[in-house]
Amino acid sequence: MSPPILEVNNLCKHFKTKRGLLQAVDHVSFAVQKGSTLGVVGESGCGKSTVGRAILRLIEPSSGEVLFEGRDITKLNATQLRECRRDIQMIFQDPFASLDPRKTVSQIISEPLRLNKIARNKDDVEKQVLALMDTVGLARRWFNTYPHQMDGGRRQRIGIARALAVHPKLIVCDEPVSALDVSIQAQILNLLKDLQEQMGLTCIFITHDLSVVHHFSNEIAVMYLGRIVEKAPAEELFANPLHPYTRALLSAIPIPELTERKKRILLQGEITSPIDLPDTCRFHKRCYEAMDVCKGPEPALKEFSPGHFVSCYRCAAGKTK
Amino acid sequence: MSETKKILKIEDLTVHYDTENGIVRAVNGINITLDHKEALGLVGETGAGKTTTALSMLRLIPDPPGRIVSGSIEIDGLDLMSKTESELEKIRGKDVAMIFQDPMTALNPVFPVGEQIAESIRIHEHVSYQEAMERANEMLEIVGIHRERAKDYPHQLSGGMKQRVVIAIALACHAKLLIADEPTTALDVTIQAQVLELIKEYRERYHTSLLMITHDLGIVAETCDRVAVMYAGNIVEQGTLRDVFNHTLHPYTEGLFASLPNINDRAARLNSIPGTVPDPTKIPDGCVFAPRCSYAADNCIKSPQRDNWVSESHMVRCSRYEEPSFKIIRGNAT
Repeated sequence: MSPPILEVNNLCKHFKTKRGLLQAVDHVSFAVQKGSTLGVVGESGCGKSTVGRAILRLIEPSSGEVLFEGRDITKLNATQLRECRRDIQMIFQDPFASLDPRKTVSQIISEPLRLNKIARNKDDVEKQVLALMDTVGLARRWFNTYPHQMDGGRRQRIGIARALAVHPKLIVCDEPVSALDVSIQAQILNLLKDLQEQMGLTCIFITHDLSVVHHFSNEIAVMYLGRIVEKAPAEELFANPLHPYTRALLSAIPIPELTERKKRILLQGEITSPIDLPDTCRFHKRCYEAMDVCKGPEPALKEFSPGHFVSCYRCAAGKTK
Repeated sequence: MSETKKILKIEDLTVHYDTENGIVRAVNGINITLDHKEALGLVGETGAGKTTTALSMLRLIPDPPGRIVSGSIEIDGLDLMSKTESELEKIRGKDVAMIFQDPMTALNPVFPVGEQIAESIRIHEHVSYQEAMERANEMLEIVGIHRERAKDYPHQLSGGMKQRVVIAIALACHAKLLIADEPTTALDVTIQAQVLELIKEYRERYHTSLLMITHDLGIVAETCDRVAVMYAGNIVEQGTLRDVFNHTLHPYTEGLFASLPNINDRAARLNSIPGTVPDPTKIPDGCVFAPRCSYAADNCIKSPQRDNWVSESHMVRCSRYEEPSFKIIRGNAT
């Protein structure tokens, strides 16, 4: 197998707060092969967006390395970083907040073209913007309109066109469809999938929605309180979830079918504070299968079966289910 | 239709908003009935008119710009349209209660949550402050919050706990009809499961009727007995869960189901509905869905649509069913 296009090793992002050290992301490691998609799922506050932003250094990681094509992004200077970001782009969650309200569609899409000197002259800029609008399915009549005149789905298409303008190799999608209605969500997911196939893009797909990530990803990492608790190929994770948290998460999805209901696992309580975490399994206080050993030091992410990693004493002891 | 008294009866409700850009036709002649103890899901996307329908049921439409143009609303035999504002205040919270979507804005930030629950009790029942506070503490325990938290302010609670407080306020006077407007949209999926379970347990205990407004067909499948699908101010299909999920009739309902990523079939491409919802100031006179509908015939856009009851429980608003041979793919398949 060729070396992965992106390799994240022991990535940490800690914030110092008045109440103590907040570990937003703690020793997260993963690798993504060229052309594939890694889905990162978890609930609010699990650190999934922080991981996405740290990869682009939109926030500075506290420690760890982010190797993109073998180069450590965390060690680049400003000029090198700008160059590198031509290859890594981001699609943001909120199509209302991520577009400059005072710029027209063509100005928004052409900005990366001008900044990176990709277009030769004014005519070339226009030509490329129109081509990008065609690619993402935006009618040319929107060329001179402002974002506020458009609906959420079309705005998200602008965000995608802007990300594609510099011909990136890797795209970090942070909840790209969660602000959209289901019929529009399906349009955008289809578009992203088509673009990925046509352009051979690598994707990191960050979302809270397990059915969306299942549809989109080759591999899925489940995060809880700043850590990856389980990582496996998508089919495997859904067919054979191991970590108690993953199983609870999967069983909580309401399914729009009138078939036999599976037994739902209801978690007690809510996610605990990420400040000054004890060195134990982060889930054990809410875990419905916790054993005495779970109060010990935090379990490491171990390979349970080929490609399937899980961080749980119970699974390691073979006592799952 | 049977003659038993319904908890909710909405007939030919039409609500418009007057705006600078013209008249927004938010709700266009809808009919809804709900039996005692029954749960109805009202499903639709942004701008379908779900929330406007819910607010009409409490006569809470901001007027101006909103106007209930026509229609009648009866809750447990009470005709809401003829009530004065002070009479309405006695009904709201007592006979019909509402859970709002966003728990962050539904609570008053400057009062402890216990007092906010007690307030609703004191408005409707002649009880002392102490008694109301005691009842509020009990309500907190029913929704799974320790009574010590009654003195906390909303900002001291998490999103899930705030939504539990909103539910406690709605349930405090044991309303017969509960309207839940996207009660879990702002919550994480494991917390959503907790809140849905809470609503279910409460309904079983107090036999409350429920109108569940949501965009999530999965939530409808888990919490409701019947479902009404709304699109651009119209109810396009209505029936029991079995009718609508297993014998889908309306092309829009079919499109909604096809848009959802299927947990069991990963490779499938999603069948999105082309186009977007019509501008609410320029809603077509004929079928509102015709411009996006792959089954649309030439006269769909012109011919006025009416409720077509194919069985006692199942209604579809699609003129193509006047052709005896017309079928949609999903309806065929199951």
